[in-house]
This record gives sequence, C-alpha cells and structure tokens, in this order.
Amino acid sequence: MKQKDFFRSLPLDGTQGRRSVSFWQATHVDAPLFIALIILCASGLAVLYSASAASLPVIQRQATFIAIGFTAMLIIAQIPPLVIKRWAPLLYVSGLILLAAVLWKGIDAKGAQRWLSLPGLPRFQPSEIMKLAVPVMIAQFFSKRIIPISGGALLGAFTLLLVPAFLIAKQPDLGTSLIISASGIFVIFLAGTSWKVIAGGIGMGLIAAPGLWFQMHKYQQQRVLTFLSPERDPLGAGWNIIQSKTAIGSGGLSGKGWLMGTQSQLDFLPESSTDFIIAVLAEEFGLLGVSLLISLYLFIVIRGIYISMEAQDTFCRLLAGSITLTFFVYVFVNIGMVSGILPIVGVPLPLISIGGTSIITLMSGFGILMSIHTHRSWLSH
Amino acid sequence: MTESLNFKNLNIERRIHQQRLLISVVGIITLAFILLARLFYLQVIQHELYTTQSDKNRVQLEAIAPTRGLIYDRNGQLLADNQPNYSIRLVPERITDINETLNRISALIIISEEHIKRFKKRHKRRRHPFEAVPLKFNLSEKEISVIAVNRHLLPGVEIAAGLIRHYPHDNFLAHALGYVARINEKELTKLDPENYSATHYIGKTGIEKQYETRLHGTVGYQKVEKDAHGQIVNLLERQDPIPGKDLHLSLDLELQKTASLALADRRGAIIAIDTLTGGILAFVSQPAYNPNLFVTGISHKNYSALRDSKARPLFNRTLKGQYPPASTLKPFIGLAALNQGVTTWGYTIKDPGWYQLENDDRFYRDWKRWGHGKVNLESAIIESCDTYFYDIAHKLEIDPLHDFLAQFGFGEKTGVDLPGEAKGLLPSRAWKRTTRGQAWYPGETLNAGIGQGFMLSTPLQIVTATATLANKGRRVYPKFLTPPGTKQDTPFSPAITLNKHSDWDKMVTAMIKVNHSAHGTARNSAKGAHYLIAGKTGTAQVLGIAQEEKYDASKIAAHHRDHALYTAFAPADAPRIAVTVIVENGGSGSSVAAPVARKIFDAYLSANKDSLKQNLTATAPFKKRAHE
Repeated sequence: MKQKDFFRSLPLDGTQGRRSVSFWQATHVDAPLFIALIILCASGLAVLYSASAASLPVIQRQATFIAIGFTAMLIIAQIPPLVIKRWAPLLYVSGLILLAAVLWKGIDAKGAQRWLSLPGLPRFQPSEIMKLAVPVMIAQFFSKRIIPISGGALLGAFTLLLVPAFLIAKQPDLGTSLIISASGIFVIFLAGTSWKVIAGGIGMGLIAAPGLWFQMHKYQQQRVLTFLSPERDPLGAGWNIIQSKTAIGSGGLSGKGWLMGTQSQLDFLPESSTDFIIAVLAEEFGLLGVSLLISLYLFIVIRGIYISMEAQDTFCRLLAGSITLTFFVYVFVNIGMVSGILPIVGVPLPLISIGGTSIITLMSGFGILMSIHTHRSWLSH
Repeated sequence: MTESLNFKNLNIERRIHQQRLLISVVGIITLAFILLARLFYLQVIQHELYTTQSDKNRVQLEAIAPTRGLIYDRNGQLLADNQPNYSIRLVPERITDINETLNRISALIIISEEHIKRFKKRHKRRRHPFEAVPLKFNLSEKEISVIAVNRHLLPGVEIAAGLIRHYPHDNFLAHALGYVARINEKELTKLDPENYSATHYIGKTGIEKQYETRLHGTVGYQKVEKDAHGQIVNLLERQDPIPGKDLHLSLDLELQKTASLALADRRGAIIAIDTLTGGILAFVSQPAYNPNLFVTGISHKNYSALRDSKARPLFNRTLKGQYPPASTLKPFIGLAALNQGVTTWGYTIKDPGWYQLENDDRFYRDWKRWGHGKVNLESAIIESCDTYFYDIAHKLEIDPLHDFLAQFGFGEKTGVDLPGEAKGLLPSRAWKRTTRGQAWYPGETLNAGIGQGFMLSTPLQIVTATATLANKGRRVYPKFLTPPGTKQDTPFSPAITLNKHSDWDKMVTAMIKVNHSAHGTARNSAKGAHYLIAGKTGTAQVLGIAQEEKYDASKIAAHHRDHALYTAFAPADAPRIAVTVIVENGGSGSSVAAPVARKIFDAYLSANKDSLKQNLTATAPFKKRAHE
C-alpha cells in the first residue's frame, strides 16, 4: 500500500484506527526526542555562555543555528522516508561531486581544505552532506537486497563508503572521515553482516594500522603521540589534554559553579567553546553535571534505537539505527578524547560545541528519525 | 534455507535487525560506563591532585622588589637615584620563531651581537612560563616609539618599565659609591633567597656594597590570580615591600668635584675628612670610570679596556693604594722621638747632606745634596731635612718607632666603611722576622725614619694620622656615614697622650711654618690663604737610586718618577678639615700635591665660613678638655 493512499484514507478510517491522530502525529514530531533535544540545546547554550566568556554574540549565533537546525528537522520530518530513499542516489552523487570540488577548489583554513564557496550560497563543508548521504545511500543500497547480506552486496557497500571517506581524509579531516566510515559500517553491521566478516575486518584493520601510521599527516601522528604521553611536551602539544584533564578533575563531584571554572575562565583550557566544551561543563558542574548530560544523550540514543526497532522496512531500520549509533559515536569520541582515553581527533560534542553546520546536519538526522517514526503505516500491523 | 536466501524474508530480517540493535545497546551502555568510570576517576579519585594543579595554574606568589634607597651627600645633593628605564623583552611562549622576531627587532632598533648573545644566555636559564626575557635595556624614546608603532609585527614582544640605578655624576664618585650590577651566580648562592627573590641588582663595590642591606630593603609579596597568558586578573593578597633606607653621606659633592678637577688628568688619590667627626668629605681616586656602564651590564670591549688600561682606572687608590708615606711621616716620627726623649726642640745637628752609621760605609743622603747646615727639629720639619730624621730614627730604633706610629693607625685598617681596604705596612723587628725570616738592619731604621723603605701607607691612613695630630691625640675614624651632629667618640682606643702636651702645639707650629714661612717646602701653595694651614710635603721614591746617582726626573720613565705627597689640615688654629693628596709619579710634593690641597681648603673653608664660626665655639669645650 502506498503512503499516499494511507493519508487520503486516514480521515475516513479515523474511527477504525483505534488511535486518533494526535497533534505530534499530525506534525510528524516525535515528542520524547523533541523535548530531549530542546533540553540538550538549552543546557548547551548555558555551558557555551560560560565557555565563551559570557559572549552574547556567540550565544546569539549559536541560538540562530539551533533554530535553523530545529526548522530543518521539522521540515525533514515531513518528508516521507520513501522520498528520501528515492532521492538517495542523487544526494550521494552530488555530495561526491562537491567533495571532489573541495579538493580542487576549496578554501584553505588552518592548513586544511574543507570549505567550499559556491555562488549564491553561504560557504559550507560538503563533508557535512556526506554524514547523512552515506548512511542513506548504503541503507538504500541494502533495501533491495536480501538480509543478511551477501559478499557482493558487502563489497558494493564498502565501495560506497570508502570513496567519500577517502576524499574527506584527503582534505585532511580525519575526524569526519572516521565518523562517516562509522556511519556506513553501522549500516553494514545492522544489515546482518556475518560475524566472520566482522572479525576479518577488524583483523585487517589491525594489520593495516602501521601502514596507516605512515599515511598520516605529521600533526595527526603528533596527536597520537601526545595521546600516548601528554607530558612529552607539556607547553606544546600536550597542553590541551593536560589542561582539559585538570579542568575535569578539579571540578570534582559538584563542580565549581556556573561561570566559576578557573581553567576555562582564565583561558587555560584551549578550544573551550568547540571540541573541549565538555571540560567546561565538567569543571563547573562536576561529575553530577556530566552524568546528567550523558544520561540525556543516552536517552536520545535509546529513543533512536527504539525508533529503529519500530521501523517498518529495511531502509528505515538501517538508516535510523545508523543515525543513532553515529550520534553516540560523536558523544563517546568527544568525551573520550577530552578526558584522555582517546587521542585528540577533531570531533565536536554534538549540539553543544559551537558550530553551525554540525548542528544543522545533526538536527537533519533527527528529522529523518522523526520522519521514519511518524510515517509508519498502522494498517500494515 | 538456501531458498529463503533468494527472496526477502521479512521475519528473519526483523529478527536479525533486533538482535544487532540489542548488541548495539549493550555496546553503548558499556561505553557509557567506561566514560563515567573515567570521569569518576578524574573527578573523584584524582580530584585533589587536579585541584592542586588548577590552583598552581592560576595562583602565583610573586615577589615584589623593594625600591633601593637613594644616596645623598651632606647637603642633600643626590648622588645615586633610581630612574625609570625601559627595556625590550620577549615572551618566548608567545613567539613561534624567535630568530625571526630578533631579526625583525634588529631591523627597527640597533641590536648588537652581544645583546643577542646575552639574551640567549638568559633565555636558557630557568624561569616561569610566560616570564619575559630582556633583550636590551636603556631604550631611547625613539626606540620605544619605533617598537610601539610596529607592535602588530612583533607578537610576544613587550616594552617593560622598571627602576634602574643611576649615578648622575658619572665618574666623579665612582670609587666612593661603587656601583650595582646584575646579581651573578656566585652571589646568588650567598644571598638570602627570599629577600632577593625579586631583586636583580646588587651592590658590587663601594658604598653600594658596604651598605647593601640598608639600601636594599625588604621584599614584598603579592598573591595573584593569572590567566593562561600570564596576565594578572586578580590580586588576592599583598604585602608591600619595605623600601631601602636612604643614605646621607658625609661626602660633599662640590668638594668632591673640586678635588677631582684639581687633580685634573693626573693619576692619584685625594682624601679629605672632617677632623672632628672623621666624616669623609671628598674621596677621589683617579682615573675613574663611569659606574653607569656597569649597571645594565658593561660590554666586553668596554670592560677589557678598563681592566687592561695601564692607568688602572678600576683600582681604588685611596682605599687600596699603598705608598711610601715619605716625608709626610716626619711630624709623627718627630713626636715619637720627643716622647722617647731621644731629641728635644733645642737639639741641633749640622747636616752635611748625608748621614753615616758607624761600621757602615754607606751614605744615607739628604734630598739637598749640600745639606741644610744647622738644623733643629722645627727647621728639619719646615725644610724636610732627611739627615736630622736619620739621626733621631737611629737613636729611637725601629720597635719604639713602630709602637708609637701604630697609635696613629699606621699598619692597620682604618675601618672605613668601604669593602676591601688595604692595611699598609708598619715594619718592626718581629714583622721582619716572621715574614722574611731575617734580622732587622739598623740602616732600615734610617729609611723608615723618612717614611721610605718597608714603610707603606694608604692615603686613608695618612689622613687619619693627620687628623689625629690636628686633634692633639684624639683618634678619628674616617667614615662616609656618620650620624649628623654627633662627634665621634672613640671608646676603643683612648686619645694618644704625649709626655709633654705642648709638643702637639709645637709640632703644629712647625707644620704651619712648612706652609707659611720663608723656607717652608709648601710656602708657594699657601700664599694668600686667609686661614692657617698646617701640613707636610712628601716625595716618595719609586725607584731605588744608586749611591752616587743624581735623581733626574727628565731621564726617568714616567711611571718610575717620584710620587708627590702632601698631607695637611686647616685652619691650623681650629682644625676643621684634613686632606691628603697623592699624585702618582707627580714628582715633588710641594709643587704638585700641595696646590691641589690648597684648592680643597679654599673651597671648603670659604663655603663653610659661616658654619666655621659656629663650630669654633662648638669645639671650644673639646679644646679645653684636651688641654687638661
């Protein structure tokens, strides 16, 4: 049965459907997710206010992006998953073209080429598009194939994954490249790839690791070395991680209080508005504050998993699962690196770190989740 | 099973998916626990460690250097002050390429290789993060403005203002005041690390070294909160430093300049003291140097030029120069002989121009080859007859001579408040036995009798003895720092007493006649003085002269010529000031040294004419007591 028919028949079958169409249903909004996101973004703004040394322009800008993000989410929630699935190849291919364009004619910033400026558009990072385009594409690719997937489908999926990952790594933007790879791999994992293949993949990865080391840029190698022993160069490369650990540790159980964190307020903590913002939160609100934040993230993730479980076809299931797991990877990698259990890779804390494009991409992902959850056909049950 | 693989089995798909999602949930919860465990470890278990570290980051205890005390002369003229000084400093933490920055600065202001060498040396030393390293001191206003205009090109470069010692009178007071300079490694180990924790300079010589503790003051502290860039954001606690005490020296700047200029470009020493208090009025050692050069670090070139100069400008002649006192010693030897009863004022000899000991064919010559004819003690002083003093010294013998002269301070440090004083040499039989392992020869007593031979004195010792004579036996101790208005009491050494007190006055009369009589050796330099001068000239041999040779200055190399000496006090009837002048290789004391002293007397006694009258009455009780 086609979606269109369902909608047309809904008012007619209203009494038969046992459930009346609620406000949330009609607006295609998932209320628990929506509320959790509102709380997350609001607390994020409070932390950012402190991290940016009480800069109102920074807050205004971030709030604007959050508003744009919510708008994007609500718009995308209205688009039925089928439409997304249909447009997936186009989205993916145009994303690839833009990535190639970045390498060819991108804008240099801090030694990397990540931005593209097209006439009539604000400058943006095409890699952000791929964060959604890759899982959408691979989920679409699997949706027509038999689950658990065969070797051929797996090869195809990996090709779809590795081409953009390679182009992004080339910029270089290792963090995004890894995140995108993760989002693709989650689709592959959820599609029931056999454990043998997964074990083989991990083994190959371990063998390839030394080779990867020599492929890395000098600053990337530096980050890994710094991770292994930050005291090597306490005023240079090790500074960030030493200061962030000091900020977190000195926060203690209940923190130093909002706007009272000396590490962040006195500028000892670098990148306090961007990648290291969790250290500000940990310093000012203590273990209690971070635990609450992690709980909030976990709630959102569990809700995403639930949406994925409830989804009605392969495409929706795989896509919702991948978006959710990728979101958790953001959280884990960011907090992990700031607290010193992972090397420093440029991954922001989702929806809290400053950064417009990242917020819009993440919110669009939640738009897809809402779309998946609110466009389910009751009649198929 | 094989068939089911060929088409979609929705139930299997759903089951696989749910299974994978459940595995994911387990993974997510595990990872979330790892994060929480890590945060628990940092925030609870290691909380104290990181709290300490965080406080260490932001709170710093900073020492504040006290302001160094100023130095004034007796009239309140500033001799050493602290001036604002601008230096250019680099904060290495904020500079990516130090050499590039140094190049850029060199393009704007003059930076020598020595500056860069010193900078790199300082840079290597241990310091706090973000502590600036100085590159060049004493920036001119032009240099400051050039750097300020180009600030945007020079991140991590700053101009710092500080107080730095300054000696406004340059060379004039170099040997008296000394100078301060940067603390070196050796001094660092001896200093109180706490009190000097913010101090970069220390007195190296002279008054600056002697009164270092008083001038330095006490360090202050402030506890500050600093941000990551080393900027102070908050003052938490402060204990102000106690500035060093100002010194009011007895020195008279005008007199010092007069003395210095009177000596002109000759090498020598001048010391003038207040006969009452021992307060040093003028303290000249020439040539001198500019102490300001040392304050910010003298360049190697300038320093070796000073060190290697034959004129020895770094040598403090007044304090450490040991010269034969020559004929300036005669009044004291005369007093010794009188006191021992080996001569009287009436005792007369006939001087043929030489003296001979029994069983010795050596001729001890008088400076006047043909002799002075009939001389008594007074004329021997007036004309500086050597033969007379050979005679009485021989009768006196060395040990009684030694003991008598020792009372005037010869052979001992005067205890002046300057570091490194020399003690001269007052010979005796015991001295010769212990230091040379030899017996004393009678001929050596003759040489000692005219202040030559082994006898060596510093200008300070001669002026001390002269002032003591002027005071008729009351010892004075030369000092830069005497509490104003109080006469120096000398509880440690009682006044020198003579068997006949009138001998003091008679000796003074003889010394007045040196300056004011027709035959006096210093008569030319005392002409026209409105006060009486009592003094004695001296001409010290630098080179031994063979028996039959005649001294001829024109034939002798400049540095082998005689030293010219003169010691005197004035007014002779109510002594106020004692002066000793030594001009190295200057030739005759009467023609070279005495005129220098005259200028000092004139300057001091005319400038202090009014106070002179008051002091005359003030000294009356003392005079009376001395006569008792």
